[in-house]
Amino acid sequence: MIDFEPVARPDAPLARRNPVAKLAAALLFAFPLLATLDPVAPAIALAVELAVLPLFGLRYRVLLRRAWPLLLAAGGVLVTLVLFAADRSGRVLLDAGPIMVTSSVLLTALGLVLRLFAVALPGVIVFATTDPTDLADALVQNAKAPARFAIGALAAFRLLPLLSQEWQMIAMARRARGVDAGRNPVAKLRLFASTAFTLLVGAIRRGTRLAVAMDARGFDSTTPRTFARHQPFSTADWLLLICAPALAATALTISITLGTFTPLTP
Amino acid sequence: MKLPTTNRWRTIDIVVAAVIAVAFGVIFWAWGLLWRAVDPAFAFFPASQAIMYGVWLIPAVLGGLVIRKPGAALFCEAVAATVSALLGSEWGGVTIVQGLIQGLGAELAFAAFRYRSFRLPTALLAGAMTGLGAALFDFFVWNTAYELVSYRIPYALFTVLSAAVIAGAGAHALTNSLARTGALSRFPSGRTRTLV
Amino acid sequence: MGGVRLRGFGWRHAGRRAWAVRGVDLWVRRGERVLLLGPSGAGKSTLLAALAGLLPEDSGEQEGTIEIDGRPPAEVRERVGIVFQDPQSQLVMARSGDDVAFGLENRGVPAAQIWPRVDEVLHRVGFPYHRDRPTAALSGGEQQRLALAGALALRPDLLLLDEPTANLDPAGADLVRAAIARAVDGDTTLILVEHRIADALPLVDRVVVLEAGGGVRADGTPEAVFAAHGDALAADGVWVPGRQFPPRPAAAPAGEVLLTADRLGQPPRLAPTNLTVRAGEALAVLGPNGAGKSTLALLLGGLLKPGTGRLSASTELAGADARTAPHRWRAPALARRIGSVFQDPEHQFVTSTVFDELALGPRRTGATDVVVRQRVDDLLQRLRLDKLAGANPYTLSGGEARRLSVATALATAPRLVICDEPTFGQDRRTWQELVDLFAELRDAGHGLVTVTHDTDFVAALADRTLTLRPVP
Ligand SMILES: Nc1ncnc2c1ncn2[C@@H]1O[C@H](COP(=O)(O)OP(=O)(O)OP(=O)(O)O)[C@@H](O)[C@H]1O
Ligand SMILES: Nc1ncnc2c1ncn2[C@@H]1O[C@H](COP(=O)(O)OP(=O)(O)OP(=O)(O)O)[C@@H](O)[C@H]1O
Ligand SMILES: [Mg+2]
Ligand SMILES: [Mg+2]
Repeated sequence: MIDFEPVARPDAPLARRNPVAKLAAALLFAFPLLATLDPVAPAIALAVELAVLPLFGLRYRVLLRRAWPLLLAAGGVLVTLVLFAADRSGRVLLDAGPIMVTSSVLLTALGLVLRLFAVALPGVIVFATTDPTDLADALVQNAKAPARFAIGALAAFRLLPLLSQEWQMIAMARRARGVDAGRNPVAKLRLFASTAFTLLVGAIRRGTRLAVAMDARGFDSTTPRTFARHQPFSTADWLLLICAPALAATALTISITLGTFTPLTP
Repeated sequence: MKLPTTNRWRTIDIVVAAVIAVAFGVIFWAWGLLWRAVDPAFAFFPASQAIMYGVWLIPAVLGGLVIRKPGAALFCEAVAATVSALLGSEWGGVTIVQGLIQGLGAELAFAAFRYRSFRLPTALLAGAMTGLGAALFDFFVWNTAYELVSYRIPYALFTVLSAAVIAGAGAHALTNSLARTGALSRFPSGRTRTLV
Repeated sequence: MGGVRLRGFGWRHAGRRAWAVRGVDLWVRRGERVLLLGPSGAGKSTLLAALAGLLPEDSGEQEGTIEIDGRPPAEVRERVGIVFQDPQSQLVMARSGDDVAFGLENRGVPAAQIWPRVDEVLHRVGFPYHRDRPTAALSGGEQQRLALAGALALRPDLLLLDEPTANLDPAGADLVRAAIARAVDGDTTLILVEHRIADALPLVDRVVVLEAGGGVRADGTPEAVFAAHGDALAADGVWVPGRQFPPRPAAAPAGEVLLTADRLGQPPRLAPTNLTVRAGEALAVLGPNGAGKSTLALLLGGLLKPGTGRLSASTELAGADARTAPHRWRAPALARRIGSVFQDPEHQFVTSTVFDELALGPRRTGATDVVVRQRVDDLLQRLRLDKLAGANPYTLSGGEARRLSVATALATAPRLVICDEPTFGQDRRTWQELVDLFAELRDAGHGLVTVTHDTDFVAALADRTLTLRPVP
């Protein structure tokens, strides 16, 4: 079953921050890092991210569980680079036809993999520590997002665990009705497609009824909405917003000072 | 039967657009379970990435085709990206930005037809444009260290092609199948049905 | 406030030839409490949706007029509260308390007043958890209570309730009815749809019976209506209080053991349970909401891997497969032996028309086209779904969908049938037809397990009962 409940201690000093502040900080921290291909800046950023992790009330083990698909992606980067690296200067370490590994290939690979982790982790951390309801509330209250869209999307989010239960129910119903694929991969694919289609149809119907139920409780009324859950935006949130890009800039500055900075060249 | 022609979003437009994105979140999750169980090497196989690309872009085009309102493609893809970020996608917050750029691609295609045409050519263009958004982002952000001629350009072309075929034509066919079930009866896209 | 006036009102859903309701003339004065009756598919839910202003003009065609205090329902929506038949799709938020607060936020109630009102109304409907309880982890009955709380929190002048106790255990249903009685003071108009009216009668002072073909069949105080039309109504499928059903005990003693559950459980949803299921016997599983009845049904149906204990099938049921647990059987083998009916009918459906839905099972087990058609037509006829053969299963009324889902399991006549709430939302006639179908099946030597809150059903059919206790 899909489970996207926050996994952090909610009272940790940074997990408690306003969701909009957290999200913006994550983006402001990650984006500058996209500008370079060298290993130094992302390494520093990664060190910072891992250091602040306890402040978000997250355990390293939890992060590993959420982020392990990144390891697959890192593997993909490595393979692609060995085959297609643009820069193959430096000492040749291995030469077997199309596969040529040089020291610069390895260096680029290190940079790319570190960048991948450094850019991705802030988002992983923020979403692991943020409740979707709080995020929607904060988007409306602090970021002035249109309430109908934010709350409408939130109502759809609520269906996420429900639809994953539904997926299992549909699969069970098919089994109960005598439909299964056995070991045949083509049959498996067709069963998957038909289950997915049924899920989509059911989801749209559910969405239609949900919309009616929401209107029945005044969602489309013109009265201005009030907020049952207040999302404060405090000095600490501003501080987080300022510190995040400042830290990223520091990492880049160090890399430039050391002369390792490699800008993206189109 | 009268059907709304205004561009104002009804509650049902908002919720169903978001629900489409959420349902695809679940479908991708189940797909991941299926293939991870079958073949972990799948993730390394570079061509598979580009084929899958089109599948990931379906929500944007489907949202636009079903809802038929300005902003639908963009909203749908933005929600889809947020869902995948929520589910602990490895790309974290960057997905959201990338999702916006992809959604913008499809949105521009629908806008080019002034939200009047939702036939196959429009869908193909919308698919190709989302693919173009994705390809540009990858080209400049993720793939710069790779060789231009042997990797970056073919990869980008393949992305656009896969998006046009799978996301464009695929979403168009999917919309028709959905309309046949009656699930879209409250949308202009689901108007044609036989009476029972 | 809350006066309702319908003149020649009718509604036809988009995509349908037949009118869902038609020719209804009705005047409900403010403060009246009306029980709306009628056979399944007579258009009761449609009428309530119309009163709540929730039938947008793009979703069908209207005839006649409908007014609340002289104005169209769409304009006075903030004074109307409605609880639908299906609780699942009217919960909006992820946490129970937030869901009740949702309507209050929309109506612009000041933030300081929201939480006290939420807590008060949750208490009033007997909601057993803290308001932080995730809505995804509630049982069907718990959801129904929450949905009622969401409508009551808005303090509506006109309260519309569509089978609000359909999924509740008797104790929970009493609580909800008490809550309704307390919520409707002299000024609140109440229109209640309920099939099992004996318990609902104390809540109302007027009964209106819809005719299946259109129009109002009877209207007046409960005593007057049932005295004048009792027999005719009962024959037409309306539940008339005080009319018993002849019990249908088993014709022969129970036969061979089919399934044995040994400390079968699924923490935290179901405590370990011991149980045997026999051929030619109807076993009823009872218990309060959330006791794990549906979970047990899935386990017995070979659809869920047991969390604790084991489930074993006899050779009588499974032949050589008896050595493996049912959840490991291949699907076609499972479907031939055990048929399952899910609590939510819509989980059951895998095709796009009523006919195909019924034909799927027999086709899979290799019946010829002629046999398939015959069996499907017979079931359609008996459960009065024949006019809907071409309809999409998802567009059926609550009772129709329930009957179809039961019929899908009966179509293949597996040795063991497991049904989760097979009779909820049924009118008297289809209820009787279902009981007859089940009794025939049992007397032909099939095993039958039904999860149910329906005491009439238990009295009429069950040979043995098992009562589950909630997980401590
Ligand atoms: N969304 C829909 N689209 C098409 N037809 C519908 C739709 N909803 C209901 N109907 C049809 O309209 C008729 C009346 O349905 P309605 O749900 O109002 O019946 P009901 O009296 O509430 O029945 P029940 O007691 O079984 O709930 C039924 O034949 C049903 O199939
Ligand atoms: N997927 C799930 N995850 C967690 N808890 C669940 C899940 N499904 C059900 N539950 C909980 O398990 C308990 C048993 O659920 P189940 O649906 O089996 O109850 P039930 O006896 O059928 O109730 P009802 O009479 O209301 O249908 C309930 O308390 C419910 O909240
Ligand atoms: Mg109904
Ligand atoms: Mg149940």
